[in-house]
Amino acid sequence: MAQVSLNSIRKVYPNGFEAVTPSSFDIKDGEFVVLVGPSGCGKSTLLRMIAGLEDITSGDLHIAGRQVNHVDPADRDIAMVFQNYALYPHMTVRRNIGYGLKNRKTPKAEIDRKVEEAAALLNLSDYLDRKPSQLSGGQRQRVAMGRAIVRDPALFLFDEPLSNLDAKLRNQMRIEIKALQKRLGVTSIYVTHDQVEAMTMADRIVVLNAGRIEQIGTPSEIYHSPASTFVASFMGAPPMNLVQAQFQDGAVRLPCGTAVLDAPTSRRGPITLGIRPEDVRLGQGQTAFDVHLVEELGAHRLLHGQIAGQPFTAHVVKDTIASPGAHVVDLPRAALALFDTQTGARL
Amino acid sequence: MKRAGFTTHWLPILLLMPQLSIIIVFFYWPAAEAVQSSFYLEDPFGFGSTFVGLENYTDLAGNAEYRRIAWFTVIFTALVTFFSLALALLLAVKADKVIRGARSYRTLIMWVYAVAPPVAGFVGVMLFNQSWGPLTRAFQSLGHDFVLGVNYSDTAFAMVLVSVWKQVPVNFIFFLSGLQSIPKSVREAALIDNRSASGRFWDVTFPLLAPTGFFLLIINITYALFDTFGVIDTLVKGEPGNNPMTLVYKVYVDGFRGNDLGGSSAQSVILMVLVLALTVFQFRLVERRIHYT
Repeated sequence: MAQVSLNSIRKVYPNGFEAVTPSSFDIKDGEFVVLVGPSGCGKSTLLRMIAGLEDITSGDLHIAGRQVNHVDPADRDIAMVFQNYALYPHMTVRRNIGYGLKNRKTPKAEIDRKVEEAAALLNLSDYLDRKPSQLSGGQRQRVAMGRAIVRDPALFLFDEPLSNLDAKLRNQMRIEIKALQKRLGVTSIYVTHDQVEAMTMADRIVVLNAGRIEQIGTPSEIYHSPASTFVASFMGAPPMNLVQAQFQDGAVRLPCGTAVLDAPTSRRGPITLGIRPEDVRLGQGQTAFDVHLVEELGAHRLLHGQIAGQPFTAHVVKDTIASPGAHVVDLPRAALALFDTQTGARL
Repeated sequence: MKRAGFTTHWLPILLLMPQLSIIIVFFYWPAAEAVQSSFYLEDPFGFGSTFVGLENYTDLAGNAEYRRIAWFTVIFTALVTFFSLALALLLAVKADKVIRGARSYRTLIMWVYAVAPPVAGFVGVMLFNQSWGPLTRAFQSLGHDFVLGVNYSDTAFAMVLVSVWKQVPVNFIFFLSGLQSIPKSVREAALIDNRSASGRFWDVTFPLLAPTGFFLLIINITYALFDTFGVIDTLVKGEPGNNPMTLVYKVYVDGFRGNDLGGSSAQSVILMVLVLALTVFQFRLVERRIHYT
């Protein structure tokens, strides 16, 4: 078990590209932290620096109170699960899981015991003498997990471990990994580009964009009070509605002139208004909502259309009758978020 | 995969004809002739031949010189194969780690591949030239008087050296592409599992190179047995004398220098059977077993 602490960790590639701007955060003992962001946001680079697979350009990395910037990956007391599983194709499942222990001079009997234990935990007992090529995707994923847990590391690192699985298996493995992590209580860092995985698995989420940390918080904090328009539009499906508006005559007004919020400040100029689709009240208020398309999702419906010429989505429960055409909506004040149009930061 | 079939037998045969006719004219026909003449004693001047049955073969079995050459061929093949593979693997592993200038480094190593065997042999002759060959001088400074083409072991050394030098680039290319086809994440997983670099090489990299390695093993044995003819011919200058030679060179010497066509045919039939055995070994054992994915 360990506490991980990143202090101004920065990565610059030899070609001058800054993949990760100086980033700092701490991870508590036993915490499950998810790094999420779009492709190329630096989340994998950050994880690989923690693993020791990439050099850290500057900054301090501590695992369990020990500075590990220049420690070999094998000596950092970590275990990593890779996106394509990275199993050793020539070894049986048994040897795959036990390989890390064998190299740590663990006695043979103890390796056998631990491998059997891990295999039982992951329902792999019947497959121990098979080669990875004889396993399904989900089973390979489990072997990769087994290889990680058998070592009893201080820190688990997951690099998009579920992205090669089909949707059904992904949901199942998501729950299994989370349950396993809670049971073992091992501090974990999990990288994904899938915001659903991030929301469902994380104790805390770190949202990254263009090599910079946008926000750190619990799934609920990230969802309900996004720190920037990027987080607002990245987290949640469908994402938060973002509408351009103006401070004018003591109120925030849509371009059509409708006042949606009294503004206590004397501030003037453009502003970005954010609201989650499920907070929109259909059939109330006086904001015109022109619906183009109704998306039927069974448990609920999504109405896609425009407000004041800007794309907008509303979420309604399944009993609400809705058809394309002109509607009115109410945007409850408590649900509105205001962002600086220029910087995207929350006001 | 679904197989498309031909409705008539003539079209496939017609389509195979160009390839088949070349194989028939240049391989099956001469091979059949060789098998046939291996049972005859040919008159050196072409005035007919006498059927002698298996005499050409029994003669070989009892021939001390033939057995000596066969033994030399085994040792020569083993040395050439081992050193070609080992050096190429070493170079490939090192080249795989080169980041700056990787392309030019690889090209430089691969260049030797483009050198024809007799040219390689000729380069060897130059290097070991009696009066100004740099390698001869190097040996001299070590107190050894290196005499290519006269001293048996000196000539054998030069033959192995030039043959290995000629073969390393081919193996290098295969090993390098084999190394680069090992998934990066598998190596990284090993990096986390094992702190020792040599441990990682023998436990993970080497076994994953085994399919490439076994394929190259067969290729190299075949090379050392047969394709080194040009190198040997240049080094011994067609004057075998006391010099070492391989079985293939012996076929040439007996058949075209000694005009013993029957005996030489019997030798080439033996070699043919050897190649056949190697090929069967490769297909049956190696290609089926050493396969991971």
